[in-house]
Amino acid sequence: MTIYRADLHIHSVLSPCADLEMSPVNIVKRAAELDLDIIAITDHNSTLHGPLTRRLAEERDIYSLFGAEVNTREEIHCLCLVENEQQRQLLQTFIEENIQRIPNNPDVFGYQVEVNEDEEIIQEINYLLHAALNKSIDEVSEFIYSIGGIFVPAHVDRSKYSITSQLGFVPPNLKYHALEISRNTQVADFLRLNPIKPETGFIRNSDAHFINQIGSITTELALVDLSFVSIANALMGQNGSYILPHIDS
Amino acid sequence: MKVKEVVEALNLKVFSGYDGLSNTITGGYTSDLLSDVMGNAPPGAIWITLQTHVNVMAVATLKDLSAVVLVKGLEPEANTIQQSNNEGIPILGTNLQAFEISGLLYNLLNTK
Repeated sequence: MTIYRADLHIHSVLSPCADLEMSPVNIVKRAAELDLDIIAITDHNSTLHGPLTRRLAEERDIYSLFGAEVNTREEIHCLCLVENEQQRQLLQTFIEENIQRIPNNPDVFGYQVEVNEDEEIIQEINYLLHAALNKSIDEVSEFIYSIGGIFVPAHVDRSKYSITSQLGFVPPNLKYHALEISRNTQVADFLRLNPIKPETGFIRNSDAHFINQIGSITTELALVDLSFVSIANALMGQNGSYILPHIDS
Repeated sequence: MKVKEVVEALNLKVFSGYDGLSNTITGGYTSDLLSDVMGNAPPGAIWITLQTHVNVMAVATLKDLSAVVLVKGLEPEANTIQQSNNEGIPILGTNLQAFEISGLLYNLLNTK
């Protein structure tokens, strides 16, 4: 059993709202400086920076997950995480087939660029990645489970783009691995207002849009081994892996 | 004013919750954030929204609302219909958008 420190919600320069410094190279470099063990780039409705990030992270002995912060029809942000390239492509196709195509105006929303290892722009996405998919949160959850991924509604305590702001409360029948809660809220306070399954795990991530935000809050996972399956097990608190309680520093 | 009178006056589609067609409408509320509706919708209100999730019915029940109107031709999800029938709170539909149907309902409720 080993403890690993994870930041599973980091935006890259592909997200219109993220800083231009947030290239995979800079993100991985910063994660290495901070001794993070596990990271995930979760851009708004895009997985495209996953493969490059993984290649760079492997060189520095950091475990990375592929994924995206998907925006559901109800405008709820959800972390969708997968293990391998085949799953990543399935997720990317699901997003591209279901996102509402609204042209991006970079002057208003910011640039959405994919970059390479030398930080050269190789692609600019011309439709707004912040738009919602034409799929409900239940449909997105069902899809992620069907491809063997991890599903985590993001920043559930926030007053915008969260499951509680959009739907009032966590639907009792929704399937998820864990909930992400922001640094501003104690889990006990959230539970007082939101009756949910008592075994629900909570994770905290930086939701970094700027380099200095990476790892500013993290989740510590006790894992049987460093694998996608064990990370999923930890979020569910099963098969010997678990989330360590968050201690305010 | 009863829900069924509004249905006839504004030519609304009835998806479900027929038992509640004689509910009395005492006001209206237009919002797509369920957290906002939970906090602010007055009891007896007819609620105008584009949300179709089953949580809509839980909020409508919690706030003792008279009916829900889905805008822009949107249709409720299957479990939302089921919950509407269980609770006897009708889900109605219109092809109009929220601004237009809100205006029509406002006039209707305030001239009666």
